[in-house]
Amino acid sequence: MQQSNRKTDFLSYVGVFLAFAKNSLIRDMTFRTNFVLECVSSVAWTLMNVGFYLIVFNFTKSIGSNTGWGQYEFFVFLGTTWLINSIVQAFFMPNAEEFSELIRQGGLDFALLKPMDTQFLVSFRKVDWSALSNLLVAITLIVYSLWHMAIRPENPWQFDIVTLLLFVFYVGCGATMLYCLMTCLSATSIWLGRNQSLYDFWFYITNFSRYPMEIYQRGWGKPLWAVFTFIVPVLLVVNVPARILAQPLHPRAAWEWPLAIFAVVATFLCLVFSRWVFQRALISYRSASS
Amino acid sequence: MTPPQVRQDSLRLQIGTWITIFRIALEERLVYRGDFALGTLMRFLPIITQIFLWWAIFDSVNAGSVATTSLVGYSFPDMVAYYLLTMLARAFSSMPGLASTIARQIRDGEIKKFLIQPVDMLGFLFLGRVAHKVAYYSVAFLPFAFVFFLCRGYFENGWPSAINLFAFFLSMLMSFALGFFLEASLGLIGFWFLEVSALLFVYMLFSFFLSGHMFPLDMLPPSWSLVVNFLPFKYLAYFPAVVFLEKVQGTELAIDLAVEAAWVVFFVLLSRWLYARGVRHYSGYGG
Repeated sequence: MQQSNRKTDFLSYVGVFLAFAKNSLIRDMTFRTNFVLECVSSVAWTLMNVGFYLIVFNFTKSIGSNTGWGQYEFFVFLGTTWLINSIVQAFFMPNAEEFSELIRQGGLDFALLKPMDTQFLVSFRKVDWSALSNLLVAITLIVYSLWHMAIRPENPWQFDIVTLLLFVFYVGCGATMLYCLMTCLSATSIWLGRNQSLYDFWFYITNFSRYPMEIYQRGWGKPLWAVFTFIVPVLLVVNVPARILAQPLHPRAAWEWPLAIFAVVATFLCLVFSRWVFQRALISYRSASS
Repeated sequence: MTPPQVRQDSLRLQIGTWITIFRIALEERLVYRGDFALGTLMRFLPIITQIFLWWAIFDSVNAGSVATTSLVGYSFPDMVAYYLLTMLARAFSSMPGLASTIARQIRDGEIKKFLIQPVDMLGFLFLGRVAHKVAYYSVAFLPFAFVFFLCRGYFENGWPSAINLFAFFLSMLMSFALGFFLEASLGLIGFWFLEVSALLFVYMLFSFFLSGHMFPLDMLPPSWSLVVNFLPFKYLAYFPAVVFLEKVQGTELAIDLAVEAAWVVFFVLLSRWLYARGVRHYSGYGG
């Protein structure tokens, strides 16, 4: 009995999510030109970023000596960054932006009244389909770079289904960690009333995750590396899946597997922690006059 | 022939109007100063990742000897100083939302108020932006000074020579004017197209890449830099920074300053012309 209840519960959540996704798609398709423009603009920013690194790699063979992040390895890293970013921007970002408005105007009341999990309801209501255009660019970039790495004479990259599955799994972990971080950040808007610089703060934190973690492992970067690996684990988000796929070091360094295992633990802890923060924040919610 | 007394009075009234506009705009902008100062400090956070990224790049160019490596004439400290200076320049030359506001005012008819009031629109907006920058810098001075003090080690040559320092201030002031009139011209195109967001997007993309905000323009392949040198974008970020770092000197510096001044004059005239033509074309949309 309990078992079947849970199953129908899960199915109804999937159904609700699909309805949300469909609604968003219908809304996006109402303003089609706008949609196309948004796709073009996000793709253009991505390509500009690639352009910057193309210029950088005119002058150097790798990012950091002996790190193995040569041009194509690094482009896999960059592709992974954009892959995870586009997932976050499509599914989580529009909802986090709306959340502070819900609180300010008292709209959260309606979410609380619904017979569903509030966190689910407020964090999956909208899907920004145009952000997924970057997903295609990211995959293209990754495939293109891997192909280049596969045909080179020294240390050719070899396809391996386990690697690919691990990559997909860790991309999921990375997106989940970012989702948790975003939930924590947007939950603070319950306490602060308004959280306009949420997006800025988000940008500044995730900015650290966009580079191979080796670059921080020198001088005064070490404390930064420790904080963003073990306390706010944004450095794991891209680094772990990108390392697994691109394999910059041959053979893999001894610390790579412990890091990968730690990433799973960190994802789990992030989920628990963000859930706790969200519930605590809801208790403090006092609604707004309307 | 107007008697001199009347003309003097009207001039005084005119100046009084400008001062009032400036004061209102300034007060408006000082309301959220706490948020402002904190926001400015946060804006420097990406510099940290830039430092480590370039540290790693310099490290790999010459296998481990960062100190002796130079990339297109930039040492590693130069590179960091360059990014800090472009941030300063961008804070001067960027005009967030200017063009889109002008286009919106044309579209929804708000621009009519400038047509019936004895106030010049471009002058009004210009003073608004001057007030914004004055307010911005009076609050942002401390965070800026703090960050530059922390990073003073990256300025290997210390302060530039008096000439370059003067040229730096001049180029910053001109970059403000250039940024304003360039964006205003783009917004005024709205008289003909109404919706200019796509155009603005292209502009933003180009100005981000070609102003030197992302990387020193010296890194571009030679065939590119020929084109980039003829565009006005480089004066928005790259030029003030390299002037401070004394990478441009002597005759070259004088020529570049003259070209920048010419660009400013060009865009002042262009925006005036577009406004005059646009108002004639305008047919009063919106309610």
